[in-house]
Amino acid sequence: MIPKTYRRKLDIRNGRVELSHGAGGRAMTHLIADIFYEALDNPWLRRGNDQAAFDVAGGRMVMTTDAYVVSPLFFPGGDIGALAVHGTINDVAMAGAQPLYLSASFILEEGLALADLKRIADSMGAAARTAGVPIITGDTKVVERGKADGVFISTTGIGVVPVGLDLSADKARPGDRVILSGTIGDHGVAVMSRRQNLSFETEILSDTAALHDLVAGMVEAGCRSLRVMRDPTRGGLAATLNELAQQSGIGFRVSEEAVPVKREVAAACELLGLDPLYVANEGKLVAVVAPDAAEAVLAAMRAHPLGREAAIIGEAAADEHRFVQMTTAFGGGRVVDWLSGEQLPRIC
Amino acid sequence: MKHAEEYRDGRLARALAARIARAAAPAARYHFMEFCGGHTHAIARYGIEDLLPGNVRLIHGPGCPVCVLPVGRIDAAIRLAERAEVTLCSYGDLMRVPGSRGTSLLRAKAAGADIRMVYSTLDALRIAEAEPKREVVFFAIGFETTTPPTALAIRLAADKKLKNFTVFCNHVLTPSAIQNILESPDLRELGCVRIDGFIGPAHVSTVIGAEPYAFFAKEFEKAVVIAGFEPLDVMQSILMLINQVNEGRHEVENQYGRAVRRQGNERAKADVAEIFELRKSFEWRGLGVVPYSGLRLKSSYAAFDTERRFGIESVSTSDNVACECGAILRGAKRPTDCKLFGTVCTPETPMGSCMVSAEGACAAHWAYGRFRDRAREVS
Repeated sequence: MIPKTYRRKLDIRNGRVELSHGAGGRAMTHLIADIFYEALDNPWLRRGNDQAAFDVAGGRMVMTTDAYVVSPLFFPGGDIGALAVHGTINDVAMAGAQPLYLSASFILEEGLALADLKRIADSMGAAARTAGVPIITGDTKVVERGKADGVFISTTGIGVVPVGLDLSADKARPGDRVILSGTIGDHGVAVMSRRQNLSFETEILSDTAALHDLVAGMVEAGCRSLRVMRDPTRGGLAATLNELAQQSGIGFRVSEEAVPVKREVAAACELLGLDPLYVANEGKLVAVVAPDAAEAVLAAMRAHPLGREAAIIGEAAADEHRFVQMTTAFGGGRVVDWLSGEQLPRIC
Repeated sequence: MKHAEEYRDGRLARALAARIARAAAPAARYHFMEFCGGHTHAIARYGIEDLLPGNVRLIHGPGCPVCVLPVGRIDAAIRLAERAEVTLCSYGDLMRVPGSRGTSLLRAKAAGADIRMVYSTLDALRIAEAEPKREVVFFAIGFETTTPPTALAIRLAADKKLKNFTVFCNHVLTPSAIQNILESPDLRELGCVRIDGFIGPAHVSTVIGAEPYAFFAKEFEKAVVIAGFEPLDVMQSILMLINQVNEGRHEVENQYGRAVRRQGNERAKADVAEIFELRKSFEWRGLGVVPYSGLRLKSSYAAFDTERRFGIESVSTSDNVACECGAILRGAKRPTDCKLFGTVCTPETPMGSCMVSAEGACAAHWAYGRFRDRAREVS
């Protein structure tokens, strides 16, 4: 009689990612079963195919993809897994779309603690469940030690756009209002606070969050008056406003006093010589809205937990130079330019 | 943080602006140089020029250590970093400074050199302790404010008998640079630049005190007001300078009394004197060779001197001929007077020293103030 194969459970507490975990053999199957299926479980994944099949609705769909390489992997208020779910959901949501499904691919570095990988996968599972957007297909690769930094994650998301909605970065017009959904700089400062050779004590948490529910409320309130939405991630609010100005061929006039910044974030930026306008966010959005609908959209945002501190921070203006200009709290004027070089490496 | 906000209050700024407008005699013209890059940055960042009457002009001085570091020294640091045994530790703001032939520390790092960004001299010291097989070089730059921390690191390295830690010293002195500007032909003979007074350094003065400026006030008949780096500090010091000019006084006044004492920080000065000595001359980007303006390690600390350990010779390399940085640093020209400004020379691809660091006159104007140029074009 052939003895029944005994399958040893993955030693998640003490084990590490080995090259065999990516080699296509049993070790890989175990890793996927014990960590990823466990954490991300849903009917599509459970079928174990190399792809997920699903029905599509009529109308317009959106698709987006993003890679996550944040260092450190865990930071106050989040981790690379939550970020990989939220960031891609948000990119779908910025089209005004309802996100439907995600895919995830992992590049693991040999030597990564399995406990860390499990923590990250669990966090992705939790983020996906909370958002109601399942991760329905994925892939895992392992590279030699030193060829990656723990784990890199790529996620792709698809969603459907409500009928009649067509948001685009070239649609801002002079007179449109600029609405920001909340405080800026939280994510970048939270990540910085855990950097090697820079660690400082802070209670600032990353703002990482999925924004599609907030967006659904804004679409209901504003619909055709919404011109464009974008989440100010790398490069911060300054980069987003400059991108929109460039693409729409207009300028922006923003009031520094209207831009919400937490005291702790402002203090940390002061210490590090950073300008919060350039620091990354992972749970905020900027919306450009036709003037007559601005108040209604703002009210809808403030009614949602993720938009409680939303504020109109300025407006679009005709400007052939496409400058983003700011009235400083001090009373003078300044340009809010593109970031030159990098302010902080690897924040998302 | 509350402390900082008090010095950025918009209502107080408007009240001060009104007092400045009343104090400035309509027929007079006032030219003040802020020496420090920290002031240049605050002026641009908060839009202070918008709050001043048209007859008060601010001239941006050479007080940005990154800006005035000559190309030859950057080249020397890159050559050092390219040696297999060397780990070069540098403050982040030096990483993108262009050397000659389009090189920079950032590019050298990408090509494989072991260059690490540090936030303090002690980080570099820790690396030397942790990695005894590496030759750890700390790329030291800065005015009197950053010299004491470098002195401290050298003293600690000596106490710990570290054999693999040296300092590439590029520390420079504020008073020598001010004197150089005041003695430049633009000012003295040609009369094409007028400086009525100086907004004196903030942090530098916490170390050296107010005394060293007394010479300029007296000898060159200039008003000096030592000012903090917050925008209200700058506004108040401008008002004090205007009052001095109106009353024909040439004194050193201290607006930054909350941090600066007349005699400075005796302990920091003693630490620096223990380890460093004056160089006969040192090259400044934009100003050229300035006598007795830089520091080097004393021979008793030769073991920690990168230049002695690796036999570094400084090669002088000139800037682009069209670059007006020298004239801009002396106040003879404005950033917009330079052909290169905003065309080939931008913060992404700086050609001259004033565009190199955010505290440089050109970079500050480009990043914060260039919308005003259009207003000028129109009017």
